[in-house]
Amino acid sequence: MATVELRFSALPEHVRTARLVAAAVARRAGVDEAVLDEVRLAVGEACTRAVGLHQTGGISAPVKVLLIEEEKQFSIEVGDEAPHAVPGERGPGAGPGDPDGEAEEDEMGLAVISGLVDDVEVSAGEHGGSIKMTWPTTPPPTILA
Amino acid sequence: MDLSLSTETMGDRTIVRVGGEIDVYTAPKLREQLVELVNDGSFHLVVDMEGVDFLDSTGLGVLVGGLKRVRAHEGSLRLVCNQERILKIFRITGLTKVFPIHTSVEEAVAATD
Repeated sequence: MATVELRFSALPEHVRTARLVAAAVARRAGVDEAVLDEVRLAVGEACTRAVGLHQTGGISAPVKVLLIEEEKQFSIEVGDEAPHAVPGERGPGAGPGDPDGEAEEDEMGLAVISGLVDDVEVSAGEHGGSIKMTWPTTPPPTILA
Repeated sequence: MDLSLSTETMGDRTIVRVGGEIDVYTAPKLREQLVELVNDGSFHLVVDMEGVDFLDSTGLGVLVGGLKRVRAHEGSLRLVCNQERILKIFRITGLTKVFPIHTSVEEAVAATD
């Protein structure tokens, strides 16, 4: 079972909440302080992508974030319920008349995640996809009695 | 924290001071600001990011969009940023090659190439 599980309506205003919760749980799990900025950014990117997929697909289901504390590692899994098409196939709205390249942001988000996090698993299927990111943790110092 | 925006004119340059968090929720406000400036004829923009606490790919997308718009008018979009954690995002995405990044507003305003 996940240490903390978060579900939020697929709305941009909740992505910040997900970032804050993820960073708080990661800190408690023993993720290095220097890496917390990366955790915050990576989880934000994954949630932004999921929110975009739900909004584009008209999916009312919430975005799910699993924060998993394990021995020596901490994982964040962001799940969406958007049916994923064949890799490389462009979704609607990806036309050339998009001046701000919004459709490209999804790929930019993934680029940022893969640039930031060494251990990333991206999976996608008919019933949804997920991005799982893992960071090493340092165990808290033993408290001497 | 929300996004704060203010603008100031220095000669033919317009300084856009941005503070707070630029993410999927707040980035549309920055986009509107940049679009409005370009529509009003400001084609040489300096975006001062010293007050930015957080920037994600949505924010990068808005900046790239702004750059495209000013370039359509032979303008420029320069960034001011000294924060390592923000600079890192530009490096990861290769955008350090796309945006001139300066250490101060004065330097950005004085830059011509």
